[in-house]
Amino acid sequence: MDTEAILSFEEAMEKYDPVLGFEVHVELNTKTKMFSSAPNVFGDEPNTNVNEVDLGMPGVLPVVNKTAVESSIKIGLALNCKIAESCRFARKNYFYPDTPKNFQTSQYDEPIAYDGYLDIELSDGTVFRVEIERAHMEEDAGKLTHMGGATGRIHGADFSLVDYNRAGVPLVEIVTKPIEGAGSRAPELAKAYVAAVREIVKNLGVSDARMERGNVRCDANVSLRPHGRERFGIRSETKNVNSLRAVEHAVRYEIQRHAAVLDAGNPVVQETRHWHEDTRTTTSGRPKSDADDYRYFPEPDLVPVVASREWVEELRATLPEPPAARRKRLQADWGYSDLEFRDVVNAGVMDEIEETIAAGASASVARKWWMGEIVGRAKNADVDPGQLGVQPATIVELARMVEDGKINNKMATEVLDGVLAGEGTPADIVEKRGLAVVSDDGPLLEAIDAALAAQPGVADKIRGGKVQAVGAIVGGVMKATRGQADAARVRELILEKLGVTA
Amino acid sequence: MTDTKTLIRLSAARLAEKLAAGEVTSVEVTQAYLDRIAEVDGGERGVHAFLHVNAEEALAVAAEVDAIRAAGGAEAEALHVLAGVPIAVKDLIVTIGQPTTAGSKILEGWHSPYDATVVERLRAAKMPILGKTNLDEFAMGSSTEHSAFGPTRNPWDLDRIPGGSGGGSAAAVAAFEAPLALGTDTGGSIRQPGAVTGTVGVKPTYGSVSRYGAIAMASSLDQIGPVSRTVLDSALLHHVIGGHDSRDSTSLPDPLADLVAAAKTGNVEGMRIGIIKELHGEGYQAGVENRFNDSLEILKEAGAEIVEVSCPNFQYALGAYYLIMPSEASSNLAKFDGVRYGLRVLPEDGPMTIERVMGATRAAGFGDEVKRRIILGTYALSAGYYDAYYGSAQKVRTLVQRDFDAAFTVADVLISPTAPTTAFRLGEKLDDPLAMYLNDVATIPANLAGVPGLSLPGGLADEDGLPVGIQLLAPAREDARLYRVGAVLESLLEAKWGGPLLAQAPELAAAAGPVETLVGSQEAK
Repeated sequence: MDTEAILSFEEAMEKYDPVLGFEVHVELNTKTKMFSSAPNVFGDEPNTNVNEVDLGMPGVLPVVNKTAVESSIKIGLALNCKIAESCRFARKNYFYPDTPKNFQTSQYDEPIAYDGYLDIELSDGTVFRVEIERAHMEEDAGKLTHMGGATGRIHGADFSLVDYNRAGVPLVEIVTKPIEGAGSRAPELAKAYVAAVREIVKNLGVSDARMERGNVRCDANVSLRPHGRERFGIRSETKNVNSLRAVEHAVRYEIQRHAAVLDAGNPVVQETRHWHEDTRTTTSGRPKSDADDYRYFPEPDLVPVVASREWVEELRATLPEPPAARRKRLQADWGYSDLEFRDVVNAGVMDEIEETIAAGASASVARKWWMGEIVGRAKNADVDPGQLGVQPATIVELARMVEDGKINNKMATEVLDGVLAGEGTPADIVEKRGLAVVSDDGPLLEAIDAALAAQPGVADKIRGGKVQAVGAIVGGVMKATRGQADAARVRELILEKLGVTA
Repeated sequence: MTDTKTLIRLSAARLAEKLAAGEVTSVEVTQAYLDRIAEVDGGERGVHAFLHVNAEEALAVAAEVDAIRAAGGAEAEALHVLAGVPIAVKDLIVTIGQPTTAGSKILEGWHSPYDATVVERLRAAKMPILGKTNLDEFAMGSSTEHSAFGPTRNPWDLDRIPGGSGGGSAAAVAAFEAPLALGTDTGGSIRQPGAVTGTVGVKPTYGSVSRYGAIAMASSLDQIGPVSRTVLDSALLHHVIGGHDSRDSTSLPDPLADLVAAAKTGNVEGMRIGIIKELHGEGYQAGVENRFNDSLEILKEAGAEIVEVSCPNFQYALGAYYLIMPSEASSNLAKFDGVRYGLRVLPEDGPMTIERVMGATRAAGFGDEVKRRIILGTYALSAGYYDAYYGSAQKVRTLVQRDFDAAFTVADVLISPTAPTTAFRLGEKLDDPLAMYLNDVATIPANLAGVPGLSLPGGLADEDGLPVGIQLLAPAREDARLYRVGAVLESLLEAKWGGPLLAQAPELAAAAGPVETLVGSQEAK
């Protein structure tokens, strides 16, 4: 893989204006698929969530999922789009084994939603309007896994496996108009735009919106033109940029790469690009010309989708609070200062803090943990904070341990590292690493004996291998010691006494 | 006790009465048909209407019906009127437990994991399924000669074609191998075989019978319909298979008017019957024209008002059809690629890429006519040609619909010959696709407009003594009118002939060889 020449971002900005465009695919979280009654579930055994329709068996016919249409209308409304009164599906014909019918059923010239916009708030509080060209419904393809090659791509693979569980999953593709005038804010805007779309679909409840699972996938178009020129340059389309940070990095990289190509007096090649998270670079995909011939024609097996004005208004009335309004409300509820709140939003942990508070933490504790500990760790690990896998319950537990004086703050951060390293729950780690306050075993053993004698049936259960029953004895000991004992140590001692290994 | 020779010649309605009265059992009826199939279908000079015979399951269903009848009570009362009456199914319609080939090598040996909606409804009515009938590959043809498993012969003359694509279903009914059959009609595949075999065939209103499980040729034109020996029998079968199906988005929500009652109306007085100026005369065989005129005369005598209508855009219908049909077919047939089911052919040499495996499979699996239509359709949908071909054809389609709309303001039912000629000889038009396509000139407008059409026997042509079909057409959802007019015309014609037209068909000699169930033999255990 050749490393292509790039210009520094600053140099690129001195000479060129970037023009961006995004195609964001949102997987809807409907119970069933776009055109079949098979379950729409992520992560199951390959080729189990399929029926004859998904496999493109001879004789099958599609039926449009009404909930998917509702979700699409909701997305359209949230993006300030017009909703088509009547629109059709079309067939996009191409031979590829991830598409069981060898055509994808998609909307083509009649999208359900069109002509919208989204106001994007940048980190300094300025608002940038992104125009939405359209949002249309389509079905996802199956998932191909290329085996035996070094790159994981089809080239050089020995064979490929196909999983049709994803085939037919409802998608809404949101397409922007060309985004001009972002200048050096282009990478930041790119990230903020995708974050806003993700936030909207999550807020609507129409998608699980988990980028790491491909619920939200972004194709980023970038072109450059010299300052002062109106005509757009030739664009590249970087496919499947599937995290917010990656969107920012990919746009930045492509700007730098285009600038170098143009500076060398060469034309940019119109093509798709593959994003590589490890090197933060793109490589050439397949050439993409506007003449790709998919032989679109209206899907004859489906009747037009008719969205009566009454239905659209009914749906509009069910829309949840828009994210911007929600932010205002949350800031007030939590009592964060403007600066504190903006930091939270920019760090991308507002949802996580909300979940943590819902799990029982105070607003200041939640902010302390997410902003003070987790964001920094995510930065070091080079992932989005939400992707570290910290559960709200973990933070609540840690905070409680500190509050109860079982561990101190310093120990708590050590426990968090243990959790992130997959060593178990905070209690496990406190126990394993011996972080808890040292306790005198003598009085504890007495209390344990008393608790075991009080509940002989439970003791038998534990001896019989029901280790989880130990909680009842621990509870007894904790009660007897007025909560001053180290629960993990108590548990250890009980099991030791009963000759059971946990 | 009726002897089996008489039994197999009874209409389905009459069989149903005898079954209900306990004069005959379904096992006797089913066995009689299976024996008839064994007698005339196989061998060198056999009719070859069947690709698969489903004896075991058919007899089991028949025995079940007989047991229910014998036990009496509520369950016997609840039996469908056609319970125990056997039926044959065109091999384009998928069935659990039997192979489905679509007449193509590319699906040879494939067993569907699901039943078509119409098959579910046959099973619900407890009609024994005798087997799967031959057809032009993927229903593409007008002679059944394009079947990958050899042609079907016309029982009236074994050297002639039985029409197509549903030649197997029509020939099976004409040869008394089945009292009823299912067909599919995209451009005339039920009606034209009906015409040339002296049987009745109906293409229902588009959307009135579910297409779920009919292997698609052209989705906007395909429609499943009944094949029978009498108009009433088709009405009975249409009632079984029709009605809304949530698995077919193009399925009509509301039921049609009572078709069986319509077939029993018994008069056409005051009905306006419109002769379509463009669908007779030049290009139509003299004997066809004569029998067509006989029918007009009879309807007039029966009190109908005969009017003439003009449908000027019908002249473009054939051209539009041969753009829309292959366009949709090229996309519908893309799924046959060797990846998930059916034939898979590996390239003999060179790299084993997916494109090359798909290419080799499709090259080996599809016949010439299928390839011809895929190529035509791919071309018609290509960027730069779409507007000129597919787009223009859709405009013609709208004009054809308008012609029908106008014609139905002055006529309740339209009438024409079903096909321009009687059955031609096997091989006669095989190398001339355009001549073959012209067979469908009178049947195609109904598919383009989605209106229903019925073909019934109109007598024998003077010059060759072969059956002539009369086509009736009605506005969308007015299928009942076809059955009303068709049944009256049928009874008056039969009175004139002194019995059903099929009584005049030559006796078929017992076939010399075994029944060739090419596909069925694969699953022999």
